[in-house]
Amino acid sequence: MVYDVIVVGAGVIGGMVTRELTKYQLNVCLLEKESDVACGASKANSGFIHGGFDPEPGTLKAKMNTAGIGKLYETAKMLHVPHKQNGSFVCAFGSEEEPAIHELYERGLENGIQGMSIISGEEARKMEPELSEEITLVLNIPSAGIICPYELTIAAVGNAMDNGATLKTNFTVTQIQRAGDVYTVTGSDGQTVQGRYVVNCAGAYSDKISAMVGDDSFTIIPRAGEYLLLDKAEGSRVTHTIFQVPSKEGKGILVSPTVDNNLLTGPTALRVRTSGSTETTDDGMAIVRNLAKKSVPGVDFRQIITSFSGVRASVATGDFIIEPAKGAENFVNVAAIDSPGLTSCVAIAEYAVEILGKMDLDLTANPQFDGTRSDPHFIKKMSDEEKSAYIAEHPEYGRIICRCETVSEGEIRDAIKRNPPASDVDGVKRRTRSGMGRCQGGFCMPYVMKLLSEVNNVPMEQVTKKGKTSDLVTGRIG
Amino acid sequence: MIKHSVVIVGGGPAGMAAAIAAYDRGVTDTVIIDREEELGGILRQCIHNGFGLHKLGRELTGPEYADVYKKQVEERGIKVYHTTMVTAVSPELVVTAQSREGLMKIQAGAVVLAMGCRERSRGALSVAGTRPAGVYSAGTAQKLINCMGYTVGKKAVILGSGDIGLIMARRLSLEGAKVEAVCEIMPYSGGLTRNIVQCLEDYGIPLYLSHTVAEIHGTDRVEGVTIAQVDENRRIMPETKRYIPCDTLLLSVGLIPENELTRAAGIPMDPVTNGALVDENRQTEVPGIFACGNVLQVHDLVDYVSDEAEIAGMGAADFVLGKQNGGESVSVKPGQGVRYVLPQRINVGEEKDVPLFLRVVKPYGKVRFTVKAGEEVLATAVRLKAAPGEMEKIVVKKEKLDGVQGEITVSLEEIV
Repeated sequence: MVYDVIVVGAGVIGGMVTRELTKYQLNVCLLEKESDVACGASKANSGFIHGGFDPEPGTLKAKMNTAGIGKLYETAKMLHVPHKQNGSFVCAFGSEEEPAIHELYERGLENGIQGMSIISGEEARKMEPELSEEITLVLNIPSAGIICPYELTIAAVGNAMDNGATLKTNFTVTQIQRAGDVYTVTGSDGQTVQGRYVVNCAGAYSDKISAMVGDDSFTIIPRAGEYLLLDKAEGSRVTHTIFQVPSKEGKGILVSPTVDNNLLTGPTALRVRTSGSTETTDDGMAIVRNLAKKSVPGVDFRQIITSFSGVRASVATGDFIIEPAKGAENFVNVAAIDSPGLTSCVAIAEYAVEILGKMDLDLTANPQFDGTRSDPHFIKKMSDEEKSAYIAEHPEYGRIICRCETVSEGEIRDAIKRNPPASDVDGVKRRTRSGMGRCQGGFCMPYVMKLLSEVNNVPMEQVTKKGKTSDLVTGRIG
Repeated sequence: MIKHSVVIVGGGPAGMAAAIAAYDRGVTDTVIIDREEELGGILRQCIHNGFGLHKLGRELTGPEYADVYKKQVEERGIKVYHTTMVTAVSPELVVTAQSREGLMKIQAGAVVLAMGCRERSRGALSVAGTRPAGVYSAGTAQKLINCMGYTVGKKAVILGSGDIGLIMARRLSLEGAKVEAVCEIMPYSGGLTRNIVQCLEDYGIPLYLSHTVAEIHGTDRVEGVTIAQVDENRRIMPETKRYIPCDTLLLSVGLIPENELTRAAGIPMDPVTNGALVDENRQTEVPGIFACGNVLQVHDLVDYVSDEAEIAGMGAADFVLGKQNGGESVSVKPGQGVRYVLPQRINVGEEKDVPLFLRVVKPYGKVRFTVKAGEEVLATAVRLKAAPGEMEKIVVKKEKLDGVQGEITVSLEEIV
């Protein structure tokens, strides 16, 4: 079949664009090179909803951030994605940095941000007692928040699929050709997908996808952000997301609670060799530790449960690229989406679809579209009585598989079955939190493997950590 | 609400021994709540031998040792809630648990915490590099191999020379994998000497002391690791880095008592043991809640877990039977050369000898341990050598504890 639209890349942008397209009577196919959605920067970022003071007024970033923040909160509610409007602080350490606070405030006003205020270090410490004594002036942005970025991506793709979109994972685009008004997109294993329009949401690889249709006008400069995630024991160290005055290199190291009550610190902003360079480094982790302690000296880094790194899809101009590809018809680049891309994702999706509309894509509303998705963590929100009654009907929700995060067999089975289905251990982890806790899957992984094996009817030897050749067991004994 | 006299949380070696002891002390309404389908806990995956020499006078495998206790639990008709996970314990002794049957609340007369421990993960160590498949904690690999029957890799490096790491070096070798190296960041092994001999030396596996894994390589599956020597501050010496190709990295880098329930119940903890503060009956600071086994302190031999659990089980029974003395107590503190001592508190005037369990801060040659209250010497013990990997036991006689005042300290001095 010939799809109306092919979306390349199932990160949060590709997911939201696909979902947006299903609001219309369109056949949409989403291609992803990894075994699951949200495997690039969408799973490894700050999970932060930016207030919008940072982008330069007039840029696409400023527009999308301001327009996107409310849309994101609203969409997160519809999709039952964990999020919280916890507010953020940008902290100046001494008089040299204080002018930057006033500048950011002015810029925020220009970008139309509501509710900001500048407060003294003492006032800030009354609200956040763990803040460093060295902090002298703080920009307080109550509209800022936190969200789980991979659950958002999973929910967006899942909702798009529930509304008829097709997801093809393990599809690495190697070639894009156009004959007549049909694009043929070829994958590394030779399979092809055809469509009339293409939206490039390939993140750190978007320059390569764009070049396949002859537009090499931008180059992604991969910059890694390393993070350290701490146990829930540290999760209440701060309630706001704490930033330092930004530098050219990035928005500085943040210290933030997560929606799951862990403490997140990071990211660094180091140039890396390739878009796939997601390894952590001793130097990077040391930077995170030191700078996090600069803001919040009490952070106990003995409570680290994991470290990770994500690669930002940055470009030299510093702004988002959301525009028709140069020299290729019916092809839209949605590229260079680094911070505040997560905050802007819904606005970006709407804007990209608007561009497609201008390219004569027929945007007739889909009357069946349902923009809501049920809560995958519903069981955790039940009272003891409700839970008991539910387990009586559905015993699999009573058996706990992941003890650190209290995840039941029922939740894991749901994750393997519902859209977008989890096909490996990391996929289950991102959907259910099984293995996300302090033991990092030490106890639950063998059980999760067994469930994947059973539900998908594949031998244990074929159950992987994250698709491809990431085998977990190598053979049977005896 | 259901009611039970003694509720034991955990059906591993500690939980079983505590239940049997409580029952035999006269509290027949003792129940065990266990996550697994079968009693035995981690012993089920420890199919190697070396269990029971001290306690049972014969050498058994883990499952055999577990079965000795399981049989005694069954003979007494002690009720076991299988595949049931305790999600909360309150200071009012209400235990909340969840299973396929639903949620259950039990009003207990006394609670014994016996949840065991978990392994430190790669994340907790912050090893640099990529995050491929093939990085396992040693116990997870042990479960996959011994309980589920799968091999985990062909060429392995093991980080950490704790007992599980050593046992797994041998186990992987027996399954045809090549163990290229065992790296230990400390200048000495944390494992038992017998395990170093039987699991590494007998198989020609090199042990690199003062070495760590500096980086993990590989995208999908582990392709290799960079190991390096560390200086006296445990910092990597970059010039000593070398690459070892492998498809598996096992971590045996320490055990952490699983005290989330304990902390949530507001029970005061010992920052060194990472377990609750307890008295000689293994009662925590919350009356009626006891703790034993690896949730209290990480043991090196299951035999001592059983011993400790019997103390806790009897303590819990006595609490239910109202036989507990509520008198004065003195605290017990580690002194020179001693990392921790357990129990951390002794009730004065109980008519029994009190064994103290402790670990030293570093390896020593010949030492003398001295237990003192003020200037009064309560007990001494001489050992030809002492190491952090081997728990020491020193018994203080009941007559010495009679009327003891102030703080008790245990210290060591090197002797020649």
